Amino acid sequence: MDILDNIPQVKAVLSHRPWPRAVVTEAGWQAAIDRLVEGGLTLLGLWGEPTAVHMAVRDGGSAEIAVVTYECAAGTFPSVASRHPPALRLERTIHDLFGLVPSVADDLRPWLDHHAWGKSYPLSGRNASRDVRPYQFLPAEGEALHQVAVGPVHAGIIEPGHFRFTANGEHVVRLEQWLGYTHKGIESLMQGASLEVAAKLASRTSGDSAVAYAFAFACAVEAALQIEAPRQATLLRALMAELERLANHLGDIGAICNDASFALMHAQTGILRERCLRAANVAFGHRLMMDVIVPGGVTRDIAPDGVAALRALLAELRKVFPRLVELYDNTASLQDRTVTTGIVKAEYARRFGAGGYVGRASGRDFDARRAIAYAPYDTLSFEVPVLQAGDVNARVWIRIREVEQSIGLIEQILDQLGPGGLETALPPGIGRGACEGMALTEAFRGDVLVWLRLDGELRVERCHLRDASWFQWPLLETAIEGNIIADFPLCNKSFNCSYSGVDL
Amino acid sequence: MRKTLLESLTHGSLTEPAPAPDDSALAELAAKVDRAAQARLGRSLAIRAVDAGSCNGCELEIHALSNAFYDIERFGLRFVASPRHADVLLVTGPVTKNMRQALERTYNATPDPKWVVAVGGCAIDGGIFRGSYACVGGVSETVPVDLHIKGCPPSPTDLLKGLLALLKHVSGTR
Repeated sequence: MDILDNIPQVKAVLSHRPWPRAVVTEAGWQAAIDRLVEGGLTLLGLWGEPTAVHMAVRDGGSAEIAVVTYECAAGTFPSVASRHPPALRLERTIHDLFGLVPSVADDLRPWLDHHAWGKSYPLSGRNASRDVRPYQFLPAEGEALHQVAVGPVHAGIIEPGHFRFTANGEHVVRLEQWLGYTHKGIESLMQGASLEVAAKLASRTSGDSAVAYAFAFACAVEAALQIEAPRQATLLRALMAELERLANHLGDIGAICNDASFALMHAQTGILRERCLRAANVAFGHRLMMDVIVPGGVTRDIAPDGVAALRALLAELRKVFPRLVELYDNTASLQDRTVTTGIVKAEYARRFGAGGYVGRASGRDFDARRAIAYAPYDTLSFEVPVLQAGDVNARVWIRIREVEQSIGLIEQILDQLGPGGLETALPPGIGRGACEGMALTEAFRGDVLVWLRLDGELRVERCHLRDASWFQWPLLETAIEGNIIADFPLCNKSFNCSYSGVDL
Repeated sequence: MRKTLLESLTHGSLTEPAPAPDDSALAELAAKVDRAAQARLGRSLAIRAVDAGSCNGCELEIHALSNAFYDIERFGLRFVASPRHADVLLVTGPVTKNMRQALERTYNATPDPKWVVAVGGCAIDGGIFRGSYACVGGVSETVPVDLHIKGCPPSPTDLLKGLLALLKHVSGTR
């Protein structure tokens, strides 16, 4: 059965690739929401345009993906979030940027709009103003409750965001996040940008996932233009993506232990992370491997001494990492902090479609590298670790297992690298109307979605980037409930959600 | 654990020799830093990092300064948790309008004498995000900046060169 079969449509959009997009009636939009509520579909993304909203969904049974579009003739659309809470922040964002009104919304407080831009609804193309009101946090009532306000400037070297804790003594009764501080207007800067500029913007959506974003952006452009990157280029892309995953997971494992006051692990994984970045610098000329992946392929081959640097890195990891895993496993004081702390219920992970280690530590068996099997992962062999416990410890173990898998993947790729073309030439223009493409790639923290529409001269008409964190941040609010405030840094680090990636 | 600890003791140190302070940074500082403020602090500076809307790339490299290879604390430079304990604000990002007020308040909360170091291409002039409705575009448009460290993101070595130049200048050991 086709994913769109039971959804009443107005028309199919033929220029959308590789998955179908259909403009639907109100009944069709509601039918899609019905299936989200039942759990048959998972929400992959929800984004706006000045007069339309799009929803990307994935069928859990058939693994099909589709986009449904509702045209907002009257500036309104049927609210998704009022029936399916994972859509809430995305829906508030649509209202902030485009001024479209979800009806009937339970919560239409501003999300990204902190009344500092000097205008309202910046992507709507019209001049409308919005009432300025102080941000209202959700109420928590009861005896002996007190609030702790944290941020946007935090104690560590991390991104800015506001956390409002309501606590009873040490125990957290409710956490409410308020983000948007790093909103840079990336989607507006994308409009009209050349592919070169747009690719740079994409890889600076979240600097720790520079490779994954550039990868997804390139795949979306290639889907729209119906071209394929050469094999050698896809291997190099995956090589960089796995190096990025290694560096981030190593950093996270140490940082989580550090938040449990176990500095030795932090020092040791810090050394391994630095070795990854240095090897990346030797191989690709940039420690975070920014701007190497472009639509059509990659801008450069691996440096002549890059292969040796990476093999030396793998040898070092194989020698040192197992000892650190043993250290983690055998240190009771550390386990005391991580085991049963910050549990994410499997039901929430499923409903929110939480990707990455947050989902996989709570039983959600999804990894875009396997589910979408984009090149070159369709020809590489790897396992996707899944655990059920859902606590900080499980999120550490998923990372540990993924480090091992990434080491194996890099070895496979190095064995397959050879001489080969690096870039498929893009057509100078497409000589017809707009074309649309979408892609999902697996960043270290979960799946990144990029959707875009290009005009006839290959400029970006509209581009939406959806970080995995959209569906993970809300689960952090649930995970901390009933835990003590002192364990919040530990829980937060075990999620390591992106601020910049969701603030855009 | 014993094996890991013993190896750390018996193997040579990973920490690398200090890079020379950046000459252009010294020149920039010479023009800006008040001589009266020099030599008050000895060779020690407390740094408060403020992300004013960066992509997080700069933060990753600032973090790296604390690893065994760069070991920033050997120079008397250390990161502190509050602006009230800080001598230096290390500011990243194109200063989003949503962060402008927080940056101003952090600056005002930092006691004098203080220095502001703008880190990364966006912090200089907004970089790739310049022109957005949501960005101020450069740290110096919000608070006075004493030193710029270029790069997208600057490598830990670049960061260290800039900070060593600041330390050298502040402690008046030129």
